[in-house]
Amino acid sequence: MRRFLLPLAVFLVLVAFLAIGLKLNPREVPSPLIGKPAPAFRVPTLDDGARTLARDDLLGKVWLLNVWASWCVSCREEHPVLVELAKRKVVPIYGLNYKDGRPDAMRWLSEWGNPYVASAFDPEGRVGIDFGVYGVPETFVIDQAGVIRHKHIGPLTPAILDDKILPLIRRLDAKS
Amino acid sequence: MRNPKKLLLALLLAVSGLAGMSRAQEAAPAADDPVLEKRMMKIAGILRCLVCQNQTIADSAADLAVDLRNQIREKLRAGMSDQQIIDYMVARYGDFVLYKPPVKSTTWLLWFGPFALFGAGLGVLFVKLRRRAASRTDEPLSEAERARAEALLDTTGKQDES
Repeated sequence: MRRFLLPLAVFLVLVAFLAIGLKLNPREVPSPLIGKPAPAFRVPTLDDGARTLARDDLLGKVWLLNVWASWCVSCREEHPVLVELAKRKVVPIYGLNYKDGRPDAMRWLSEWGNPYVASAFDPEGRVGIDFGVYGVPETFVIDQAGVIRHKHIGPLTPAILDDKILPLIRRLDAKS
Repeated sequence: MRNPKKLLLALLLAVSGLAGMSRAQEAAPAADDPVLEKRMMKIAGILRCLVCQNQTIADSAADLAVDLRNQIREKLRAGMSDQQIIDYMVARYGDFVLYKPPVKSTTWLLWFGPFALFGAGLGVLFVKLRRRAASRTDEPLSEAERARAEALLDTTGKQDES
């Protein structure tokens, strides 16, 4: 009996490792920017090229930065969630329009609704690189001091909002 | 040149030569600075493309890889060192962007785990062999065993002959 105990233990450890491995998503790379100040940027807004949007304009409040593009299929999928969230007015949502064209992006917003207070226009993806963006859509939670608190990769769902993002925003709001 | 055909030929040659030259100049921007391009590809070759994770930034044709190659070019022109550029990428995308993970406390298991496992295996093997050697006793064969061994040897010998 004892001679089966050791192989069985090894087997169970292996099963545990594989089970954890199955649940991990290799596409979700932990961002090194969490807990660090958001990269400074100052770029024209999408709707008005003469106005600019900068990180420092948004200091003093908790806000969401949502990276989106009209060519991005998953963005279309998460868009109703954002529109719904904007209606609840719990947190201002700012957009980062990533590697897109103005006419396409504007048409997209007028067609599907505009949940953004404003969108920064980043046609060459430079701000995106500073934020370590590699898969659109991505959403960052940024606190009053301009520090990135959370990054979500992929489309937002109501469940992710309720379980992770909104509780975090409530905690951050309570601190100020 | 009295022969009009020769004149025409010379003219054609001159024109085709010019055409070749102008093409060579057109191709120039891509290989603007071969030294810089080589350095760029060297750096891009050790960075992982985050969109297609099993390719380097040098190999990948993904949009992001093209952008990052341009960024590397730009930083090199600005006089940044290779290490500074790698640090710039790690600051944005994390250690994951490096194909060769750095040795630090969180990656010790990754780097040294296989050696530790190998060492443990060797240890177990050594202990087992020692125990087996200690438990084995070299007793001489008993009379009955000797007779049986001889009988076996004899029969096989006869079978060979037949």
